[in-house]
Amino acid sequence: MTTNADGPTNATAETSTVMTTEYDQKASMSDQESITNFTVPAVAEETVAPLSDRSETVFALEDVSVFYSAFKAVREVNIGVRANEITAFIGPSGCGKSTVLRCLNRMNDLIPGARVEGRINFYGTDLYGSDVSATEVRRHIGMVFQKPNPFPKSIYDNVAFGPRVNGVKKKDELDHLVEKSLKGAALWDEVKDRLKTSALGMSGGQQQRLCIARAIAVEPSVILMDEPCSALDPIATARIEDLMKEIKSRFTIVIVTHNMQQAARVSDRTAFFTTEINPASDRRTGVLVEYAPTKQIFSHPSDIRTEQYVTGRFG
Amino acid sequence: MAATTRISGIGGGGQPATRTVAPDLRAQKSWRRTKSGIMQWLMGASIVVALLPVIFVVITVIGKGASSVFTGFPKFLTAAIPNQERKVGPGMGPAVVGTLLITALATAIAVPLGILGAVYLHEYGGRSPFAKVVRFLSNVMTGVPSIVMGLFIYVIFTLNFGYSGLGGALALAFLMLPIIIRSVEVMLKLVPTSLREASYALGTSKSRTVLTVVLPSALPGVISGCLLAVARAAGETAPLLFTIFTVNQTNRNVFSGANTTLSRQIFSNALSSLSGAQGRAWGAALTLLAIAFLFTIIARIASARFSAKR
Repeated sequence: MTTNADGPTNATAETSTVMTTEYDQKASMSDQESITNFTVPAVAEETVAPLSDRSETVFALEDVSVFYSAFKAVREVNIGVRANEITAFIGPSGCGKSTVLRCLNRMNDLIPGARVEGRINFYGTDLYGSDVSATEVRRHIGMVFQKPNPFPKSIYDNVAFGPRVNGVKKKDELDHLVEKSLKGAALWDEVKDRLKTSALGMSGGQQQRLCIARAIAVEPSVILMDEPCSALDPIATARIEDLMKEIKSRFTIVIVTHNMQQAARVSDRTAFFTTEINPASDRRTGVLVEYAPTKQIFSHPSDIRTEQYVTGRFG
Repeated sequence: MAATTRISGIGGGGQPATRTVAPDLRAQKSWRRTKSGIMQWLMGASIVVALLPVIFVVITVIGKGASSVFTGFPKFLTAAIPNQERKVGPGMGPAVVGTLLITALATAIAVPLGILGAVYLHEYGGRSPFAKVVRFLSNVMTGVPSIVMGLFIYVIFTLNFGYSGLGGALALAFLMLPIIIRSVEVMLKLVPTSLREASYALGTSKSRTVLTVVLPSALPGVISGCLLAVARAAGETAPLLFTIFTVNQTNRNVFSGANTTLSRQIFSNALSSLSGAQGRAWGAALTLLAIAFLFTIIARIASARFSAKR
């Protein structure tokens, strides 16, 4: 939640009574650094103008459509994701937010029939270019999944997995990386005495933080999070959210969430997706409705559908 | 509200029904409960019926074979097979050696091929036409009678190279192969997609993911599948009849010369009318049973040990 730092917004209270308490509780915790960059007009301009030439733009999606075989799951998405920010994708089920997220590190390659049209630039390079290796892409763009999915190995081996794949062999180097990553994921103090025990013996929240530690151990520049807290209780969720704010100075984070309050609490910018139903085929296609600084999305969205969604009147 | 019952008709007939009582939670008699009871009883009975033959086999084999095996133990397991059938006494040494060597060789051929085949089918082939054909043929192979497999090896191998343990091992390996492919593929299917995704998301290549994530996760199942196939192969007789022939002396060279196994010796000795040979047949049966039992226990321990790491 970043919006309240430059002054309480009365508009928030008016449009979203549900959210107000959350805002107030978290107001003191919000981080100020990124907000100062946000002036509404500048951002509004960005969402209109193409972003591909900006150096600080990590991802530039230009007219991205995703197909599953013949079915168009998402159409013509244009988004620019900026470095060291948390970008949230929100929207109702089936609106394609996870689909778009999984295109960003080419996880959709694993689904037979999945196809991407348009351009996704990662620091100016086309992610789907013919000489780009999906394996190499994922080495730089990590992912945390909805359900914690630690390997059935020890805590240590889970974190060391990525570095080992990348060729780190020396034990002291691995030890250092594991400690650093677990500290980075705020897990070190809880597990330092049982690094060799199975990761499956941890609680759900710990497992998810282990997955974050595992992702940051390969030192990616981006971490994608696909509803990382949906399987966790509120306390574990709060810890993950705090963690996200802590690590965003080192990583760029894109998070998909069903939880609007979460988007409001943690993200700098929010993209709102919704579904369009094709009356002829009764197929649902996801569309990007609005992409703007989180503050703007939740206080004075420019699209009526966004306003209805964030105020809980639809979706 | 839902848990309270208004008294009407039962106890407090004419009174105004404002009082509430706890609902009657005692088991009600009904046809459904009766059916459930009958089915439970039937299932229990089927278990007993299914177990009876196993129990009788074990009891009979131990009863008839124990005296041969344990007289002067472990001489029965090491001494050569007497050339005269009427001679009473040990042993089965050459057959024990032959069984272990030929089964080991068959395992060495079938397990790597089977695991690689299953990995191909599940991880790489998927639904491609070639994978479908391979999967179909492997299923067909499961149904090939073992004697036909023996005949096949006899024609393409034994006629050219003569009797040898290798021929027997090949026949056994071909019998094991479809069992291994099938069970390993099922085990690979059980590895959750989320683990594969977790590995890919760290920038791991497909081959590395299979080697370091998928196979280790499936390992307990893979091991028990393989050992099941081994236990099956150790007891086969038919494919060995034409491929290894039989001898009464130990032949440690599986690559040349006739050989023998416990199953082969049970077959020939049990056919004899002489009590010496028959005693040795029962002893060989008990030994084979013990070996199969041992394999099963090893499989269990191995599975438990590998899954304990999870």
